[in-house]
Amino acid sequence: MSASFHPSDELLVAYGAGSLDEAAALLVATHLALCPACRTEIGRIEALGGAILEDLAPADLSVDALAAVLARLDSPAPPSPRRPTARASGLPRPLRDYVPDGLDALPWKRLATGIEQAVLVRGRSCRARLLRIGAGIVVPEHGHGGMELTLVLQGGFADCGKGFARGDVAMADEQVVHSPMADGGETCVCLAVTDGPLKLTGLVGLLVNPFLDL
Amino acid sequence: MGSGLAFSIAAIDDGRALGTMPWRLIEGRSRVSDETMATAPDQVAAGMSDLLAAVAQTGDRQAFAQLFQHYAPRLKTYMRKLGTEDAVAEELAQDVMLTVWRKAGSFDRDRANAGTWIFAIARNLRIDMLRRERRPEIDQDDLDLVVDPAPRADDVLATGQSERRVRAAMGALPAEQAEVVTLSFYEDTPHAEIAARLKIPLGTVKSRLRLAMKRIRASLGDTES
Repeated sequence: MSASFHPSDELLVAYGAGSLDEAAALLVATHLALCPACRTEIGRIEALGGAILEDLAPADLSVDALAAVLARLDSPAPPSPRRPTARASGLPRPLRDYVPDGLDALPWKRLATGIEQAVLVRGRSCRARLLRIGAGIVVPEHGHGGMELTLVLQGGFADCGKGFARGDVAMADEQVVHSPMADGGETCVCLAVTDGPLKLTGLVGLLVNPFLDL
Repeated sequence: MGSGLAFSIAAIDDGRALGTMPWRLIEGRSRVSDETMATAPDQVAAGMSDLLAAVAQTGDRQAFAQLFQHYAPRLKTYMRKLGTEDAVAEELAQDVMLTVWRKAGSFDRDRANAGTWIFAIARNLRIDMLRRERRPEIDQDDLDLVVDPAPRADDVLATGQSERRVRAAMGALPAEQAEVVTLSFYEDTPHAEIAARLKIPLGTVKSRLRLAMKRIRASLGDTES
């Protein structure tokens, strides 16, 4: 199974270049774990980075720079953070590093009937949260103050005439006002990244908005 | 540009690569057509990968010193281009090289050449040290990793060949597209700063980047997307 909807070139280049906010980088990297085609693409983008590095004009270093580094070669490396052993859990790395004890251990907060969220990353400009949407539940209609990226991890949803399944990334911006609906049969779990507050529209929005941690 | 692209592919087939790197164009240098110059970047890349492999296999300090002489001054420039002040840029360049020494064992030349591998270390170290953020990355050993049941031709190309092609494809881009790609590696806020710097709308930055990536894919023979 491979994804049908991918992050844009801008997002992939920004991830490969290292300029994406941690929250958005988490979404792109989790998509990469589920999408071999985008991994190939990132390999090329990193090769661009390597070629650019090779071609940069050398800067002057202090005279003892090499000696200073040679003197440090035998110093012990700081312990690298241990990653738990690989196991299939449905949550690919790197997402599992943010959810070490599994989905059920997260501090879920109810947003609306059948919809819960747990914030994972509050980044410089973006937030990443997991959403759990009950089978067949319709998300209240909302717009966005900025970009919204949604990566499906389990189940699927329909939005603006398209169907999104595990590995797919849905992108929405300021222009989009939508009301996605989770597929029937299974709870839909998504990783969502926003760089501006969601703007809920309609009566449900008015009622729900003050309680949201958006 | 069509003829430029055809020329670059012909050049690769000869085992040579173009020396026309767009970042040279940005810095106002002229097209390098001399054959020996044109061969240099790939020979350098292969030589550096040999040195890194020697560091990995035998802890060769002489090889490490040569890698240092080549990459540390470029790493410092890279950090400075990202807005880091001189002293910190030098410190980061040294720390990247120390990390290269410590992690050399995980260098896999079938996956990337030395320049690409060291670029990724520099990028990650900078995120870690200056932004104090985690860098989410995949784990190649993850059992949840979805693998491609039928790898496409490009995936099984020898890395050196594929990286030569990426480099040549970038050299064949129209200057305005190459500029946006290059600047993408020097900015910490994706694309809004590039738009401000070039005094063009954000949408133009994105469309040039998309066109550039499309051309690079096309010249690598990837017909998808």
